[in-house]
Amino acid sequence: MLREDVDSTTQRTLTRTAQLLGSLRLDGPLLAGLAAIAVYGQFVLYSTSGGDWESVLRGSVRLALGAALMLALGQVRPGFLRRLTPWLYVTGLVLLIVVDAIGYIGKGAQRWLDLGFIRFQPSELMKLAVPMTCAWILRERPLPPDPRTLGLLAGVILVPTALTIVQPDLGTGLLILMGGLIVVLLAGLQIRYIVTLALGGVAAAVIGWSFLHDYQRQRVLTFLDPQTDPLGSGYHIIQSIIAIGSGGIFGKGYLQGSQGQLEFLPERTTDFVFAVVGEELGLVGALVLIGLYVFVVLRAIFLASQMRDTFARLLSGSLAATFFVYVFINAGMVSGLLPVVGVPLPLVSYGGTSMVTLLAGFGMLMSLYANRKLAA
Amino acid sequence: MSTRGRIKDFWREQRIFEQRALAASIIVSALAVVLFGRLIWLQVVKYDEYTDLAQGNRVRIEPQPAPRGIIYDRNGEILAENKPAYQLELVPEEVPNLDATLKGLVDIGLIDEEDRDDVRRTIRSRRPFDSVPIRLFLNDDDMARFAVNRHDFPGVDIRTRLARSYPHGETAVHALGYVGSISASDLARIDREQYAGSSTIGKVGVEAAFEDVLRGRNGRREIMVNARGRSVDKAGGLEAIRDTIPGEPGSDLMLTLDLEVQRVAEDLVSNQRAAIVALDPNNGDVLALVSRPGFDPNMFARGLTRTEFRALNENPDRPLFNRALRGTYPPGSTIKPVVALAGLTYGVTEPLAPHYCVGFYSLPGSSHRFRDWKPKGHGAIDLRSAIAQSCDTYFYEMSSRLGVRRLHDFLAEFGLGEPTGIDIGGEKAGILPSPEWKQQAFRKRSDQVWFPGETVIFSIGQGYMTSTPIQLAHMTAILATRGQNFQPRLVRALRDPETQKVTELAPKALPRPNAGKLEDWDRVVDGMLAVMQGGTASRAAAGAPYTIAGKTGTAQVFTVAQNKRYNEAAISERLRDHAWFVAFAPAEAPKIAIAVIVENGRSGSGTAAPIARTIMDAYLLRKFPTVRRENATAPAPNSDVSEE
Repeated sequence: MLREDVDSTTQRTLTRTAQLLGSLRLDGPLLAGLAAIAVYGQFVLYSTSGGDWESVLRGSVRLALGAALMLALGQVRPGFLRRLTPWLYVTGLVLLIVVDAIGYIGKGAQRWLDLGFIRFQPSELMKLAVPMTCAWILRERPLPPDPRTLGLLAGVILVPTALTIVQPDLGTGLLILMGGLIVVLLAGLQIRYIVTLALGGVAAAVIGWSFLHDYQRQRVLTFLDPQTDPLGSGYHIIQSIIAIGSGGIFGKGYLQGSQGQLEFLPERTTDFVFAVVGEELGLVGALVLIGLYVFVVLRAIFLASQMRDTFARLLSGSLAATFFVYVFINAGMVSGLLPVVGVPLPLVSYGGTSMVTLLAGFGMLMSLYANRKLAA
Repeated sequence: MSTRGRIKDFWREQRIFEQRALAASIIVSALAVVLFGRLIWLQVVKYDEYTDLAQGNRVRIEPQPAPRGIIYDRNGEILAENKPAYQLELVPEEVPNLDATLKGLVDIGLIDEEDRDDVRRTIRSRRPFDSVPIRLFLNDDDMARFAVNRHDFPGVDIRTRLARSYPHGETAVHALGYVGSISASDLARIDREQYAGSSTIGKVGVEAAFEDVLRGRNGRREIMVNARGRSVDKAGGLEAIRDTIPGEPGSDLMLTLDLEVQRVAEDLVSNQRAAIVALDPNNGDVLALVSRPGFDPNMFARGLTRTEFRALNENPDRPLFNRALRGTYPPGSTIKPVVALAGLTYGVTEPLAPHYCVGFYSLPGSSHRFRDWKPKGHGAIDLRSAIAQSCDTYFYEMSSRLGVRRLHDFLAEFGLGEPTGIDIGGEKAGILPSPEWKQQAFRKRSDQVWFPGETVIFSIGQGYMTSTPIQLAHMTAILATRGQNFQPRLVRALRDPETQKVTELAPKALPRPNAGKLEDWDRVVDGMLAVMQGGTASRAAAGAPYTIAGKTGTAQVFTVAQNKRYNEAAISERLRDHAWFVAFAPAEAPKIAIAVIVENGRSGSGTAAPIARTIMDAYLLRKFPTVRRENATAPAPNSDVSEE
């Protein structure tokens, strides 16, 4: 009797929550996963900031802004997103050129436009605009795409990628490239093209290598394996690996990581935050975090596969997979598997506009899922 | 919309997408597994290795210097101690403009202009947060000058540390030695680990020879440091451990020196180039060890400026040179008692039979005249008087019967030609010539031949022979005790500063010289007594309430040609003879044996002997000259008595 009461109360609560989320056009499991990552991130931020509540507060505000944007975008009708796409792309491209031009004239690296109240990074906008545009181009063409379409897509993807890399911002450029490339792959790019692309890449690398001077080769090698330069670029990665390795299975304990707390670890609140997780919370803590990421990605891919509209599912699939690219590049870099590329750990790394972009992406994904029955 | 006639097939596209989404999910999962594998590799397999590295990062070991042992004289007077000293230190990262700061310090006279570059180099070689000493031993005036200008020098401050201090300044400097900054050559031979945290090391003398005992063992403190190497108490949830491993203070040393006697001895030759060694013949204790001029060891302990060092190093009187141990001089007549003992031991002289001295001696079949110091000759003279009057021809003649071989070997038994083995370093061996020595010393064949005439002058301590003052003091101590032979020593005991436990060091007995009967020794000592009673140095013994046995000597700096007279007035001061005197007292139960040399002092009896007498009074009677340091002058050289 009592047991049934409790059960029915739980059931009612769940039903009501589902109704609420439904009316807000949000996916419960995906939202839960994202929220868990964000809370985990704030928890780690408290440690990496040296116990500074102010940092946590600022991080939370940023998170709330992202969440608000996600909610807002969740309410937008897919048709609006689709119509917005070309304008977004063109605007982004123009701003990107302006930023590069300012940087060139001012003889300094430039990534952002100062709008007075906010510093806006056009490359960040392109992380969304490129996959959107690719999906937009492919939405009414027969799939897999024909060579002419592929040529067009290559231009759409490579131009902003190149403009971002020369800023120089290799990490963001890579993410823009991946965002677009994944759309094309999801659209059913034939295996023969994929193989050709891969072989072409290898061939280009080999030919390029033979044209390089020794010092340039040395630079490339140091980039690929920073540990050959233990006092220069290798210092960061070596300290990061020491942090993770010394964490062991259960970690040194929250706030107890000597590598992080004593500042041996560079960029510990931003790009190298994963090393703090590994050091203080150990293998277990790192696995929980990676597990949450994998859950979010797989859930998002599943949602994409439920969509009936080409634009919707290509864009959603790309946003989901790109999210994992972030995670893999960042964790791979911090643990010494990949070269050092400035890519943040999504929703955990402090600062930057990437959190806003990511949450906006998930907002669009949820909107597209909520309207999956409709043709976008 | 279609391109080139193809129609969109929604079902097929749906299927393709589902396949690709599945592939993406598999790839994502596979990459997650790769990350997982990498983490297991780092955090499980290589855990120990990275834990060590992380530990090495966060822990720094900071040395805690142990206080150096204190040095006392034989009566417990402090000769070397550790005193708090004020020094100027600079923290590089807190200094806005290093060059301007250094210039400012030069301007107010706290740094020597000449040392500025050295100071800058030292600062640059240190970590930015380390406090670097840039000027040691500030006096009150320096501190006042800095205090007034302090606001001009952010990052510069006055700190206190323990520094070596020699309360009696120059006194006994050549025995004590000094500590100085660890130099590059020091670094090459020491165990750096032992010296972590120390900035000074014993350079010469007791400070160097007993360095290992005096130094003690530095302690260590483990501190937590951040990536810039700065010590941190707390970071996040980490607290510094502050593990301290205490050091051990160095042992105190009790020397054999008698500070008061040492002082008297130094004051007697304060304006001379001279050396004095006084031994206790019963155990080898060095009661006084003087080499003048000296210098203030405190200068080295606080760090010399270039100018100061140049002044010391280029002084023609060579204050840094330890004449007592390293000065090699012809011993002259001071060895005559030992040569006489050799003659008696080998039966080549009849002590009571008179020898007739005509003022010169010629080897059989040679016209070369070996002159006596007394041109007219001593007339009929026996062994006792030959020693008392220092008759040269007596020994010339005896040496030709003794032969160079036996002469050399006999003198060697008195420690001549070898370092005495005193417990501080740097001692010279001098030269005890022999035909073998000549073969090694000269390259040209014709120079390697030993001539009979060389034996003749060898017998009066001239020619090739050289000795150090400590060798002659040691020789005299052996004569005094009729053959007891102790290695000279400066340190008689160690004391543990914590338990106050004293460890006495046993005197080191060396083999007795294989020489004559006791009555032969007594004959020689009798001759030395006669030196002081009616002999060459009788004036110096006047009024002594104890008996003195002595021997004067003169070391020629300038060789007088055949048939020429030594004209003192005509030669410059630096070419005048060195004055020697060796003696022991009381003759029947000796307590002190002394060797004195005064460079260019001309007369052993007039210059050196009165010095020895005053030291003996001080040691045996505790009778000290009333005039001290303020107006210390050596007795005026007495030119009317001159030997050889």
